[in-house]
Amino acid sequence: MKIGVLALQGAVVEHARTVEAVGAEAILVKRVEQLAELDGLILPGGESTAMRRLIDRYDFLESLRAFGAAGKPIFGTCAGMILLAKRINNQQTSHLGLMDVTVERNAFGRQVDSFETELEIKGVAQDFPAVFIRAPYIIEAGPGVEVLSEDTGRIVAARDGHYLATAFHPELTADTRLMGYFVEMVKEAAVKA
Amino acid sequence: MAKTGTDLVKRGMAEMQKGGVIMDVVNAEQAKIAEEAGAVAVMALERVPSDIRAAGGVARMADPTITEEVLNAVSIPVMAKARIGHIVEARVLESMGVDYIDESEVLTPADEEYHLNKSEFTVPFVCGSRDLGEAARRIGEGASMLRTKGEPGTGNIVEAVRHMRKVQSQVRKLISMDLDEVMTFAKDLGAPYDVLLQIREAGKLPVVNFAAGGVATPADAALMMQLGADGVFVGSGIFKSDNPAKFAKAIVEATTHYQDYKLIAELSKGLGTPMKGIDIASLSPENRMQERGW
Repeated sequence: MKIGVLALQGAVVEHARTVEAVGAEAILVKRVEQLAELDGLILPGGESTAMRRLIDRYDFLESLRAFGAAGKPIFGTCAGMILLAKRINNQQTSHLGLMDVTVERNAFGRQVDSFETELEIKGVAQDFPAVFIRAPYIIEAGPGVEVLSEDTGRIVAARDGHYLATAFHPELTADTRLMGYFVEMVKEAAVKA
Repeated sequence: MAKTGTDLVKRGMAEMQKGGVIMDVVNAEQAKIAEEAGAVAVMALERVPSDIRAAGGVARMADPTITEEVLNAVSIPVMAKARIGHIVEARVLESMGVDYIDESEVLTPADEEYHLNKSEFTVPFVCGSRDLGEAARRIGEGASMLRTKGEPGTGNIVEAVRHMRKVQSQVRKLISMDLDEVMTFAKDLGAPYDVLLQIREAGKLPVVNFAAGGVATPADAALMMQLGADGVFVGSGIFKSDNPAKFAKAIVEATTHYQDYKLIAELSKGLGTPMKGIDIASLSPENRMQERGW
């Protein structure tokens, strides 16, 4: 099982470490050609605008969309959730536009409002440690989207078919259960293909 | 249940900046150029370091009008500088919603003995360091991110290189050291013992360490990444160049693809005249910003 981590900017090595910890092989993806060998892909936390600029400059955009369209699972955390979303509140355009959700950027406020908490995540954990950093959340989820977790009424983890997104950063803690969940998604998709 | 201002939240914010470029800006227009170029954050200032150098006198926290203007102009994080030890400047910046405070030697220190007790703040801090002792003292005080001091506003990378190499080699030495030797190492460095134990245990610094102070070209940025920097601060270089938008993009790309030399060659073409630069030996000790901080 080869899982890529888009390595243009952000918390890349933390995700790679978690991928390895659950027994899959992690590949740091800096070039479009590397996508071909992957079974699944992680869009890490970082700055979504900075990542988008780098995605545009290396013609990653269409290749990433095609990767998703081919049924390969993608997991986005924080900035990755923003990249995956079909709609971004108060913005005319989205990025990859793959996941049927509307997200709000910096939805919890500025850095002084960033926080950590424990969440119940459906099918994953009752007590998952979640770190929110200038985080977005999902303000509206399409009918086919399964809401996996809410924090005080706000959707912070969701799955839309083979797309998984969290507003928080599982890569910042040692808890690998969510990554285990994603690797199962990748295995299921590989069986189907 | 929800906890703000924890180490995880403050250090995590800096983790998200990794592999990116943080740019000095003095107004909303520059902040937008930086964001458009792919900066991961901007540092709101009244003057860039080279102008601070030229102006002389006491350099203080920027006029809040400038900081506010930048906060309203961009959606990426905004950092701002407070003087070393200036508790009120730091609290003012925190109250304004600044995302990260640089307790910076670029400004004139307010306290020549003590740095801020950064653990008490909800907002995270970045601090400069020249060696592991200084890095560990700042971590001990609660810094959530480090950067090399380099020599700001000179356009000369030599000091940033020296500081990055020094910290890296001291961390390597610490990790391979017998536990019996750590206390004396701590004494020699003037470093808190418990912080050194944490670093030894983890095999790395507990916070990210960016390069700063003298980055003037895309190749400089890539060099610092190769030496182990987690990302790059660019101060005077960008908006003192002939074409800031192009220059900013080139620095961002060189930082991401720091081992792609053909690309760096392309990026470096036609950027116009870089900063003239200052030979460090020509700076008298009182004009070296890196000497500030204790």
